Amino acid sequence: MKLKIDILGYRRTSRTILKTLAILLALGIPASAAVVETFREVHPKIVKVYGAGGFSGMESYQSGILISPQGHVLTAFSYVLDTDYITVQLSDGRELDAKLIGADPRLDAAVLKIEADGLPCFDLSKAVALSPGERVLAFSNVFGVALGDEPVSVQLGSVAAIAQLAARRGVFETPYRGPVYVLDMTTNNPGAAGGALVTIDGKLAGMLGKELRNSLNNTWLNYALPIDQLRKSVDEIRSGKFVADREEEQAKKPSRALNPAMLGILLVPDVLERTPPYVDRVAAGSPAKRAGILPDDLIVLSGDRLVQSCKALVEEMSFVDYADPIKLTIIRGGQLIEFTLRHAPE
Amino acid sequence: MSRSVCLTCIAVLSLAFVSRAFAAPSPAVLETEARRIAVIDKAKDAVLAIFPLNGRGGGSGVVVSPDGYALTNFHVVRPCGYAMQCGMADGRAYDAVLVGLDPTGDVALIKLFGREEFPFAEMADSDQVRPGDWVFAAGNPFLLATDFQPTISGGIISGVNRYQFPAGTLLEYADCLQTDASVNPGNSGGPLFDEHGRVIGINGRCSFEKRGRVNVGLAYAISINQIKHFLGTLRSGRIVDHATLGAVVGRDNEGRVVVTDILDDSDAYRRGLRSGDEVFSFGGRHVSTPNAFKNVLGIYPKGWRVPLSFRRGGQRHDILVRLTGVHNQEELLEMLGDKPKPQATPPEQPKTPAATVGPIIPEIIQKHYLKKRGFANYYFNELEQNRVWNAWNSRSSPAGASGDWTLAGPLAGGGRYNLKITGDAATLKLPSTEIDWKAEDVLSKSLLPEHSGGMLPALYLWRRLAVEGLGRFGDVYYFGTAPLAEHDGLADVLVGTHKGVDCRFYFQPADGRLLALEMFSSEDSDPCEIYFSEYHETNGRLTPGKMEVRFGNEAFATLKIEEFNAAERGEK
Repeated sequence: MKLKIDILGYRRTSRTILKTLAILLALGIPASAAVVETFREVHPKIVKVYGAGGFSGMESYQSGILISPQGHVLTAFSYVLDTDYITVQLSDGRELDAKLIGADPRLDAAVLKIEADGLPCFDLSKAVALSPGERVLAFSNVFGVALGDEPVSVQLGSVAAIAQLAARRGVFETPYRGPVYVLDMTTNNPGAAGGALVTIDGKLAGMLGKELRNSLNNTWLNYALPIDQLRKSVDEIRSGKFVADREEEQAKKPSRALNPAMLGILLVPDVLERTPPYVDRVAAGSPAKRAGILPDDLIVLSGDRLVQSCKALVEEMSFVDYADPIKLTIIRGGQLIEFTLRHAPE
Repeated sequence: MSRSVCLTCIAVLSLAFVSRAFAAPSPAVLETEARRIAVIDKAKDAVLAIFPLNGRGGGSGVVVSPDGYALTNFHVVRPCGYAMQCGMADGRAYDAVLVGLDPTGDVALIKLFGREEFPFAEMADSDQVRPGDWVFAAGNPFLLATDFQPTISGGIISGVNRYQFPAGTLLEYADCLQTDASVNPGNSGGPLFDEHGRVIGINGRCSFEKRGRVNVGLAYAISINQIKHFLGTLRSGRIVDHATLGAVVGRDNEGRVVVTDILDDSDAYRRGLRSGDEVFSFGGRHVSTPNAFKNVLGIYPKGWRVPLSFRRGGQRHDILVRLTGVHNQEELLEMLGDKPKPQATPPEQPKTPAATVGPIIPEIIQKHYLKKRGFANYYFNELEQNRVWNAWNSRSSPAGASGDWTLAGPLAGGGRYNLKITGDAATLKLPSTEIDWKAEDVLSKSLLPEHSGGMLPALYLWRRLAVEGLGRFGDVYYFGTAPLAEHDGLADVLVGTHKGVDCRFYFQPADGRLLALEMFSSEDSDPCEIYFSEYHETNGRLTPGKMEVRFGNEAFATLKIEEFNAAERGEK
């Protein structure tokens, strides 16, 4: 009983301290103690994500944000997830197999799932919006410096601006054109993508994006995607939309289904376990030709569902009746373009 | 008239509005800012801009004692040789000499000349530093400060206990602090301060990648607590080495840290550590990952004894392990002789215009430099040898007692002993037996009494150091400081070599008393350890009242010293 009272007493004191700190923060003082407290609270909600890569400057790790006690992880949609063996490491050092349950390539965001319970996490519905000038903390496993149960890194800075993203990766423009938080600290280093941007008192506000260059002046960008922009897609992914795996729905397949060839689309040879579904050729006079699909287009969505490989695209199409229209979303030169095609039996 | 009144009204109203929108900062804010400015203003005085005498390149440093000892990076002083110039915030440049080097830890100790008292920075306890703490780095990034005013950059601690793999076999950053304060080429060797202006680390390394060699939000500082472990050994003027356990750890299937391999001639093996044992505590710190283990190992000098706890079959074992060197002396020297290729460290840009200081080495530096193989600067080793010896000789050692020594008293197990130590022999009389020992050419030939590891030769060396002194004992050097079992704080250690054996003498820095000696009959065997305690003062001199002899994992004997007679030379 005494112990309980002591704990309550401690809580009350710490709450008073936090309140005082919050007041100081409101005045613009980066009180060390408040940041230390926020760090303790937030770092267990950040995970290390390990997957594909590990050669020629492509790191095989990134960061993630726990968004449900059952192990949903919000992270950046990148090549790191392009494998069947994704591992999530929790702040206590536990390594768990993760499944990609969906991604929205228009936002470069993905959701992973690990089998766990009672995890510390952020509630996306409680995420806050930021204004320019607000002090923020960035949490990520940047450069992979933290291993095992070592806590991720924390950086302090401000929101420099809220601006429409105009960025490139290599020679390609990024599909996302929406608003981002531009930061005055160097956050978007290797491994930081998928990390969290939080307020000084620990409220989630954004997700650190992939390494990108400003398409106007070629400088590296430091930015985070506002949670507001991600929430809808994340909710849809969690509710089953965008789900890559639909084994349980096999029975619902139409008796005569669509396939790429019926639309005049010839994909690149399927030689890898996960060959990206690039268009190799378009048949003359086909629906794809008429719609304007070109060789080298990369198909990313079939309907609203993510297709990461030629196999996945063929599988997705097998759910569409041959007589129904199908919406395909492709990436061409960094732009996302939607087409609606219909098989036209002669 | 009415219009002007009206206008005034508008002006006043709008002023009121403006002052509401841009309210003056609260007193708390101003006070915090003023405090921060004051802290930085004071801290900057101890910060150094370090240049080689040819003026090309440079780095940063920080003074840590009023007599001018300063810390910097090994990779900063490397191009300087033993002489350098240090600019301080007072606008002046001071001559400085290299004192000690820790190439593995990337630390160097230098000493400044030209002032009675130098402004210096206090060293904090860096184990108390937590992620989120406000910190600031000070130094000379890009070698911009022509007036030697240090550049200050603020940030927070991004991570603690970080492990950064060595570049080659040197420049390992174990247990370091990670900060987002901007640290750039030229900042190397400069201090990382806490919010009170105390040094918590020495900046030395950054994560660089495709964005060029400028800060990208991650810099690493060597923790000041690690440097505190090495400070005594650095003051010895030696090139000091880091430590290894002689065992390798890894993670088992359950994620525990277990010994995967162990050398059977290592001290850890002799203390009972075996393959498969789970290591859970090392150096007083909980160990949960191999990185955590390497972090602990990386902060101790070679030769220290560090507590280690392991579990085997549910049974806990606590041992004290003696750490051996990572490199042997030759390797270390060879690596220093090689062309420097420190990877992933900020290179000091040769930006300064052509040399303003001639390559002539100032006299004050010449006077404080002695070249000797294996030493960064032997001058400082002699200095420390004499300090320790003089403190012992003036207060504690049986001064002038150059004849035979006789000791007598009760044994812990009952009965009495009589001990006689002379210039070439020792005799121990016990109730049941008498042991005669004679000094042969190689002392390790006869380690009497049996199972003591060589108590009589060890005592013979004790007398020899007292009687013969530093010059005639044999080869003697000052090791630096090291911990001692069941003793608080660090002890000054002299190492003497005579007739094929090494003997370590541990002295209390405060009053120079001898705390213990360890005689090593060979490199791969346990020493005979003799601990002196229960000192009492007679005729103004400190005399030990008790000797405890230990060998390996066993206590050999405890002897009370009731009588201690040291005859003058020639007396019988």
